[in-house]
Amino acid sequence: MIPEVGHYALILALCVAVVQGTLPIYGAAVGNSSLMAVAKPAARGQFLLVLLAFCCLGYAFADKDFSVLYVAATSNSQLPLHYRLAAIWGAHEGSLLLWMFILSIWMVAVSFFSTHLPEAMRARILGVMGLVSVGFLLFMLTVSNPFERLIPAALDGRDLNPLLQDPGMVIHPPMLYMGYVGFSVAFSFAIAALLGGTLDAAWARWSRPWTTVAWCFMTVGVAMGSGWAYYELGWGGWWFWDPVENASFMPWLAGTALMHSLAVTDKRGGFKAWSVLLAIMAFSLSLLGTFLVRSGVLTSVHAFATDPKRGLFILIFLAVVIGGSLVLYAWRAPRVGLGGSFALISREGMLLANNVLLVAALGSVLLGTLYPLFLDALDLGKISVGPPYFDTVFLPLMTPAIFLMGIGPLAQWKQASLPALAIRLRWAFGVSLATAVAVPWLMGQWTPLISLGLLLAFWILATILVDLRERLLQAESGSVGGRLATLPRAYWGMVVAHAGVALFIVGVTMVKGFEVEQDVRMNVGETATLGGYTFRFDGTEQVNGPNYVAARGTFHVSQDGREVTVMYPEKRRYFVQNQTMTEAAISPGLLRDLYVSLGEPLEGGAWSVRLYHKPFIDWIWGGCLVMASGGILAVSDRRYRLAWRRKEAAVPATAQMARPTVS
Amino acid sequence: MRWLWVLMLILPSLATAYEAQPLAANPQAEARLKALAVELRCLVCQNQTLADSNAPLAEDLRREVREMIAKDMSDKEIIDFLVTRYGDFVLYRPPWKLTTTLLWLGPFLLLGVGATGLVFALRRRQKKVTDVTLSEAEHNRVEKLLSEGVHRP
Amino acid sequence: MNRFLIPFGLFIVVVGFLAVGLTLNPRELPSPLVGKAAPEFSLQQLHDPEKVISSNDLKGKVWLLNFWASWCGGCKEEHPVLIRIAQSGEVPIYGMDYKDQRSEALAWLKDWGNPYQIVAVDEPGRVGINYGVYGVPETYVIDKAGVIRYKQIGPIREDILEKKILPLVRELQKQ
Repeated sequence: MIPEVGHYALILALCVAVVQGTLPIYGAAVGNSSLMAVAKPAARGQFLLVLLAFCCLGYAFADKDFSVLYVAATSNSQLPLHYRLAAIWGAHEGSLLLWMFILSIWMVAVSFFSTHLPEAMRARILGVMGLVSVGFLLFMLTVSNPFERLIPAALDGRDLNPLLQDPGMVIHPPMLYMGYVGFSVAFSFAIAALLGGTLDAAWARWSRPWTTVAWCFMTVGVAMGSGWAYYELGWGGWWFWDPVENASFMPWLAGTALMHSLAVTDKRGGFKAWSVLLAIMAFSLSLLGTFLVRSGVLTSVHAFATDPKRGLFILIFLAVVIGGSLVLYAWRAPRVGLGGSFALISREGMLLANNVLLVAALGSVLLGTLYPLFLDALDLGKISVGPPYFDTVFLPLMTPAIFLMGIGPLAQWKQASLPALAIRLRWAFGVSLATAVAVPWLMGQWTPLISLGLLLAFWILATILVDLRERLLQAESGSVGGRLATLPRAYWGMVVAHAGVALFIVGVTMVKGFEVEQDVRMNVGETATLGGYTFRFDGTEQVNGPNYVAARGTFHVSQDGREVTVMYPEKRRYFVQNQTMTEAAISPGLLRDLYVSLGEPLEGGAWSVRLYHKPFIDWIWGGCLVMASGGILAVSDRRYRLAWRRKEAAVPATAQMARPTVS
Repeated sequence: MRWLWVLMLILPSLATAYEAQPLAANPQAEARLKALAVELRCLVCQNQTLADSNAPLAEDLRREVREMIAKDMSDKEIIDFLVTRYGDFVLYRPPWKLTTTLLWLGPFLLLGVGATGLVFALRRRQKKVTDVTLSEAEHNRVEKLLSEGVHRP
Repeated sequence: MNRFLIPFGLFIVVVGFLAVGLTLNPRELPSPLVGKAAPEFSLQQLHDPEKVISSNDLKGKVWLLNFWASWCGGCKEEHPVLIRIAQSGEVPIYGMDYKDQRSEALAWLKDWGNPYQIVAVDEPGRVGINYGVYGVPETYVIDKAGVIRYKQIGPIREDILEKKILPLVRELQKQ
C-alpha cells in the first residue's frame, strides 16, 4: 500500500509541476498577477508531494519490502538500516527520486528567499524550475519508476553493491546532487531573465548567492567523492579522470567561471550575455553528467546502473531543455545592453581572462571525455583518453589561471596599471619563488614540477598577504583585529576560498612528488619501513560483519621506536553478491596519511601487502572544504542578509528596473 | 657491565622483526612496470589501469610486461607489443595521429580562440561604451532598490 | 550570422554524437589483427597431452579458432551454434582452452558435446595475449594462408553465423 501512495504522490507532483511550469510563466507574460501567484504554493505543494514519495520509498527499504522491485534489487535483509536507507539512491530509479527531491528542496528555498524579487521574475524562475521537474517526473513515471512492484515478492533482496556499502554512500550523493541540481537555480534565473528581458546587474546580484551556495555543495560533493574513491577502491588514488568524475568536474568548472563572471556583471553590468551563457552551461553540464553516468555510453569505474534506453530519454530531455535555452539565448542575448566600461587591464579584465582559462579547461575535459565517443561514432577506431592526457593538458591551462588568481584581487576595478601591480607584487613573487625552490631541495628531492606546484601555492598565499596588508594600511586607525573585522565578509570569502585552492595545490604537489609505496610479502612478525615509519604485521584474524566475513590484519606502526598507531586493513567477502572487497586501513594525519591494503593471502599466514606513505594528501580535501567555507562566508555577507530579510512589498511587481539596459 | 651483555643479547631478538621481502624479485624492474602500467588500460575492466586492476587478464599482461622488461626491451617495444595486439585502446595516452590531432590541439585552440575573443570583445566594447555615467547611475539605482527595505521601519 | 547561435550549433553537434553513441557498445574492441597473419602457436592437446597442435599444421585450409573455457558463461551460450557448425562439416573448429583446468575442461566437453577437431591448451593465457583476446568467447576466422579475416567478440549468435561468418568462410574456401 505504502509504495502505491508514493507512486500516486509522484503522479500528483507531476500534475502540480505542469501547472507550476505553465500558468506563472504565462501570467508573467500577460501581466496577470493571480496566475503568477500560483508559482509559490505550487512549488511548496510539489515539495510536499515529492517528500512524501521519498519517505514512502525510505519506508519500503526500512520495512524490507521486497515486493518492490527496486528494493529487492538494491538491498537485502542483512543490510544494516543506514545502508538500506542510503540504498534509496543506490541505483538508477532512486537516484532520480533523490534528484527530484533535491530539486524540490531548491524550489522551496527559492519560494522562501525570493520575497525581494519582482513578482514576474519570481513567477518565471519557479515556472522554469517547474518545467525542469516535469521532465524528471515524466522520466521517473515512464521508464524508471522506483515503486514498481515485483510479484511474487522476492524472498530476499540482491543486496547493495558492496562498493557502495560505506559511510561515503550516505552523504556523498546527496551533497553532489545538491550541487548539480543547485545550478538549476542559476539556470532558472538566467532563463527567467531572458524570458522577461530583465537581464541586468540586479539579475547578477540575485543569482550570485544561489550560484555560490550550489558551488559550495558541488565542491564538497566532488571532494567527498574523491576521498571516498581514495579509501574504498583500494589502490590509493584520489582522482582518475574517469568519465563519471569528469561529469562532476565540468559543472564545477562552469560554476566557478560563473561565480567570477557574475562578479563582473554585478559590479560593472558588463558581460551579461556571457554570464547567462555560463549559467546555462553549468546546468547543461549537470544534465550531461546525468546522461553520461546513466546511459553507459562511456565505460567508467563508478558506473553502477546504466541502461541505454533510459539514456535516450535523458538525451531527448537534454536536447529539449538545453537546446531550447540556447535558442532563447541566441534570440534574446543580442539585445542585452553593454554596461559600464573598463579597460583590458583591470580587475574585470582579469576575472574575464580567468574565465577564458577556466572555460578552456572545461572544454578540454569535455573534449577528452567525449573524444573516444566521437571517434567511435565516426568509425575511426577506438582509443582511450586517460590521466596522462588530462595531466598534460591541464597543467599549462591551470598555471596561468592560478597566476592570475594572485594578481586579480589586487588589481583596481575599471583600470589597472601593470607596472604598478608588478611593483606591488615583486616581493610576493620573489618570496614565493625562493620558497618554492628551497623547500623541495631541503626535503631532498627537487623536480621542476614540485617547485612549480609549490610556487603556485605560495604565490596565492603571498598575494593574499600583500592584499591584506594594503587593505589594513588603507583602513582608518584602530586595532589590527578591528580593522580586519571591518572588511566585508564577501572579501573574506574570496580570501578563504583562494587560500583553499593554495592548500589543495600543496596537497596535490606533495603527494605527487613525495609519495612512497611498497609492495611486500609479509610473514607474521615481519616489518617493513616506509617514509620513516615501521609497519609490523601481526597476522590476520577472521571477523564477522553483518553481511560479510573478513580477514582482518593487524599492523603496529612505530616511528623512532615509539608506537604511533595500530591499523586494521580488511579483505571482505560479501555473502549475497559473493564479491571480495579490499578495505584499506588509513591512518590520517595533518602531514601524512599511512595507507595499508591487504593483497592476497600467501602460504604460511603471510600476505601480500601494499603500503603507502602519502604526505599532505588530506590537504587535497581539506583545501576543498576551505574553498567551500569561503563560499559560505561570501554568501553570509551583509548585503545578501539584508536583501533576504526584506518584505515582499518592498519591490512592487511593476518595478521593471531593468528596462534601460535592454535596448 | 653485565646488563650491557644482556642488552646485546636481547636487542637482536627484539629486532627479529625481520624485514619483509619486497613482493617482486626485482624492485627496479617492478618500478618500471608500474610506470608503464599506469598508462595502460586494463581491457576487461571498467576503465581501470593495468596497475590498479586485479582482473586475471591484467595479471597476465603484467606478467608479460615483466618478462619483456627482464628481456631488456625498451618501453617503446613493450608498448608496440601491446598495441599490435589490442590497438590504441590499450593506451591511456592517445598517440599523436591524424585522428587525435584535434584532441591534443583542441585545448590550446580553445584557449587561443577564447583569448583573442576576449581581447576583441573588450576593445569593441570600449569603443561602443561612451557614456559611463549612465551605467553608473543605473548601477546606483539597482543598489538602492536592493537595499531599499533596510531603511523602512 | 548571429554569433549567439554558436553555442546552439556546438550543442547540436554534441547531441548528434551522443545519440550515435547510444547505439554503440563502448566495450567492444575491433581487433588490429584482422588482415594480419595469425600468431603462431604450438601447444599441448587437451585430449592427448602427449601430442602437440601447431598452427602451421592448419595452413592450407580455412578454419575457425574458438577461445573458450569451462568457467565462461558466454561459451555455454554459443555452444549449440558451434555444435551445429561442427555437424554441418562446413568448416573445422579448433578450440583453445583458455586459462582453464584440464579436468574441468574435459568434463565440460563431455557434458555438453565437443564441436572441436582438436582442442589446444593455453593454460597461462599467452596465446590469448598474442591474439589480443580480452574476454572469452572469442572466435577468429583464419584463411588458407594463415591470415585472420574476422574476429567475433562474445558468443556467436545464429544471425552472425548466417550473415557474416559462413558467407566469409565460403568465399575464403573458394580462393
